[in-house]
Amino acid sequence: MRDSSDILRLENLQVHFPIQGGLFDRMLGRPCGAVRAVDGLDLNVGRGEIVALVGESGSGKSTVGRVITKLSQPTGGRLLFEGRDMTSQRSSSALRSYRHHVQMIFQDAYQALNPRHTTFDIVAEPLRSLRLVDNDAQLSERVSEALAAAGLNPPGDFFARFPHELSGGQRQRVVIAGALAVKPELIVADEPVSMLDVSIRAQILQVLVDLRDRHNMALLFITHDLPLAWLIADRIAVLYLGKLVEIGSADDITFKPRHPYTVALLNATPQIGGAARPGVPALQGEVPSAARLPNGCRFHPRCPLAFDRCKVEEPPAIEVGPHHMSACWLAER
Amino acid sequence: MTNSFPDKEPLLRVDGLSVDYGLKGDPLRAIDGVSFELRTGEAVALVGESGSGKTTTAMAIAGLLSPNARVSGGQVHYRGQRLPIDDDAAMRPHRWSETSVVFQGAMNALNPVHRITKQIAEPCILKLGMTRGEATARAIELLELVGIPADRGVAYPHELSGGMRQRVMIAMALACRPSIIVGDEPTTALDVITQAQILKLLRDLRSQLNLALILITHDLSVVAESCDRVMIMYSGRVVEDGTVAEIFAEPKHPYTKLLIASIPNPANGKKMIRPIPGDPPNLVNRPSGCAFHPRCPSTMSVCTTEVPRLGRFGHGRVACHLHPPLQENMVTVHA
Repeated sequence: MRDSSDILRLENLQVHFPIQGGLFDRMLGRPCGAVRAVDGLDLNVGRGEIVALVGESGSGKSTVGRVITKLSQPTGGRLLFEGRDMTSQRSSSALRSYRHHVQMIFQDAYQALNPRHTTFDIVAEPLRSLRLVDNDAQLSERVSEALAAAGLNPPGDFFARFPHELSGGQRQRVVIAGALAVKPELIVADEPVSMLDVSIRAQILQVLVDLRDRHNMALLFITHDLPLAWLIADRIAVLYLGKLVEIGSADDITFKPRHPYTVALLNATPQIGGAARPGVPALQGEVPSAARLPNGCRFHPRCPLAFDRCKVEEPPAIEVGPHHMSACWLAER
Repeated sequence: MTNSFPDKEPLLRVDGLSVDYGLKGDPLRAIDGVSFELRTGEAVALVGESGSGKTTTAMAIAGLLSPNARVSGGQVHYRGQRLPIDDDAAMRPHRWSETSVVFQGAMNALNPVHRITKQIAEPCILKLGMTRGEATARAIELLELVGIPADRGVAYPHELSGGMRQRVMIAMALACRPSIIVGDEPTTALDVITQAQILKLLRDLRSQLNLALILITHDLSVVAESCDRVMIMYSGRVVEDGTVAEIFAEPKHPYTKLLIASIPNPANGKKMIRPIPGDPPNLVNRPSGCAFHPRCPSTMSVCTTEVPRLGRFGHGRVACHLHPPLQENMVTVHA
């Protein structure tokens, strides 16, 4: 069994983006609202654990990834890494050591790679800027190691290639190699395979799972695809409008979902030969704006099972099984 | 979906269609001898990876090939008449009125400075000769057909969500009452729940208006609930063709098998997907013989030298040396 201590802990994390009012509003002193992208999120990732963060666009899942990698500043709550509070760390020395431990893989490998840099330079850049190597021999050794771990073999063949000389799958591997080069303990991967062809996806997922198995690296896998989350993750956290609605083991979430939103997501996922779960009709309408959150349970306007209490009172996370929580009043019974 | 189709002249017949793209010096063959038929009201999915030729096939049928493309072989018949697919001007009466396209990026396909009713009314004025008033009335009718309340017609594209914009695209495609809709990855940029809503809308519209659908997608799982038939393409050629039930229950071509195995499916409980080894083929240097042979787990020596013919197999067709055709009456797939 894996080491159970948490590597990452988010406590009541909030990211509110202020809405800039017009000049007129400001002169009259009218209050401006805020887009509550992440609104009180509690999440922990264990050492060597793969956690999938699942949600639709606008659920705030990418913002969570940006906060963890210190690309966005939270407006409330705490971000703890190995027990240390990183929330308001901004000094470059603190961030340098943090980025040695936490790396990010972006969705779009076409945009994440500098078209004028060779593969070698792209992968070497974090090693150079974090000053992790002493000489060129060490540098090329670490780059080779990272490229090989990302499945680009033999690594030497790829050193001098530019991004345009690589296929889509190879580009995504270079992005992964860049993140791996510094040997991080946690990787945040934001939709790392959604731009890739189905036949290439499995190869990339295999690389990520191997990293965990060999180096005990933790992974926060951000996706909108529940079957994919089930495949790769130990635990799945389902996010709706900036808040967790359900969290549990990958099997519990997939086979014993307790929140109506999770059920709706599962039902909407097209499946080969799979029958829809009876009892819950398809969702109508769209995700409301995070600038005007509904009262009570934020899912109630679309929930097919909503009743009066849901409209006024926001449900807390209720334990529905071992390590399985659902934020739904129906879970209380 | 079980539709029974009368066995008469198909709505659309594609015979040995090949399209080349002009590239400095050598032409690049994007599709190579594609043949299939589409019947009234039928939904066919074209499935393949990027570069498999699925979009080129569909754009050729719709007469929307880019200027550097050249039809180098084969022909397309619509209701028994040959379509001048390489003649832009001659295709004009056909486009939109008979075959229309729902494009992938709705934000790029809609004009950002016009209200959506005006954009939907445009083809009605140009193609059907309606007056502005009639066309606006038709536009509102179309909006309601795709599930957008009429009062949202004054909105600009940026005021609508991705799912709503895709509905507007569908309304525009339906404006001139076509018989064939080509959906080019219509749900790829959408969330699962919105995707399910759009697929349901397409399903409802098909049965309501007796539309034929050509759905282009790289995602086999989308096909299961929205199409009657699937055509799997690889490197510009059709490698397998059959009903949805057949393809999923008993895929014949090794590529189809691997494609199905690479989709995570919690229903079968196996937490493993098999990667397809290697990279998608390079069209400039297409592998000899069967284009899939460098990645195929069951390659034989004949696969490296001879292009397998797309022969009848069961109710469908398959192009693989493991499954030699039973009859000799099919078109050969060869350049």
